[in-house]
Amino acid sequence: MTDVPKPLPGANPADPMWVGDLATRMSQGVPQAAALGLEFVSMQDGVGILRVPWRADLVGDPDTEVIAGGVVTSLLDHVCGLAVQAGRSNPTPTATLDLRIDYLRPAKPRAGITARAQCYKYTHTIAFVRASAYDDDPDDPVATVQAAFALTGGAPA
Amino acid sequence: MSDETPISAQQRLDAVLARIPYVRFLGMRAELAGDEMTAILPFSPHLIGNTSIPALHGGVIGAFLEMTALAQLSVREPHRRQPKTIDVTIEYLRPAKGGLVTYARADLRKVGRRIANVHVEAWQEARASPVAALRGHFMLSTD
Repeated sequence: MTDVPKPLPGANPADPMWVGDLATRMSQGVPQAAALGLEFVSMQDGVGILRVPWRADLVGDPDTEVIAGGVVTSLLDHVCGLAVQAGRSNPTPTATLDLRIDYLRPAKPRAGITARAQCYKYTHTIAFVRASAYDDDPDDPVATVQAAFALTGGAPA
Repeated sequence: MSDETPISAQQRLDAVLARIPYVRFLGMRAELAGDEMTAILPFSPHLIGNTSIPALHGGVIGAFLEMTALAQLSVREPHRRQPKTIDVTIEYLRPAKGGLVTYARADLRKVGRRIANVHVEAWQEARASPVAALRGHFMLSTD
């Protein structure tokens, strides 16, 4: 999942204002993203990257101090949504249809998580996304994801 | 049960959930009626993912479903360490609206020696109109 993505047709948000505005909206503008402390890393050509720093109140297993699976779920859902936007020339309302997450290994204790998502196909109504989450090495992910989003065009699906 | 003062299954479940910092972050709790558990996620503004509907964040719903599965497994296997999630598939059926309480119930489809298969469904106003569902596999501790 570290291959260089092909640019999607008509889908390069070259306008830095748009990227900056979306970055702000996708991190501080969403209450859950702000509560988790999600940090925007980058978005380009259908690829989005976000990060969540480790925090004591986000631990899922007090015996190991590993960040909760639920935090990774939120990060992955969010970064997949970002990837969908990263391949569009205009902001597009979306709704998550489904999300399949494979937990490949436990994250390291007290480690933050970075997630990278790639939207690899758009139809008129659906966007298909792959993502992975890692603590330090992108080639040694803690979780991988396959997701589908409905492009809702304003109304919820 | 022994002669000692029995710790009720509800107290044990409360203790399991209270130990997990992320459960407190979500504000989730669970109630037992016999062996039937209902997980409860009261609304809180920090759970919002879509301010225009407004709706709970999809990740929050996924996390709540996953924690419900783990909590139900802890009710069934109270003395084991927390299982590890192997995989989950989350299906989003309707927006989980802001301002409403979300509920979830887990169905342990199969609990083997090492692996459990669990289905979970979440709803708000009507159980017949679920907002999301989860199917997942969990690795049980052998400790």
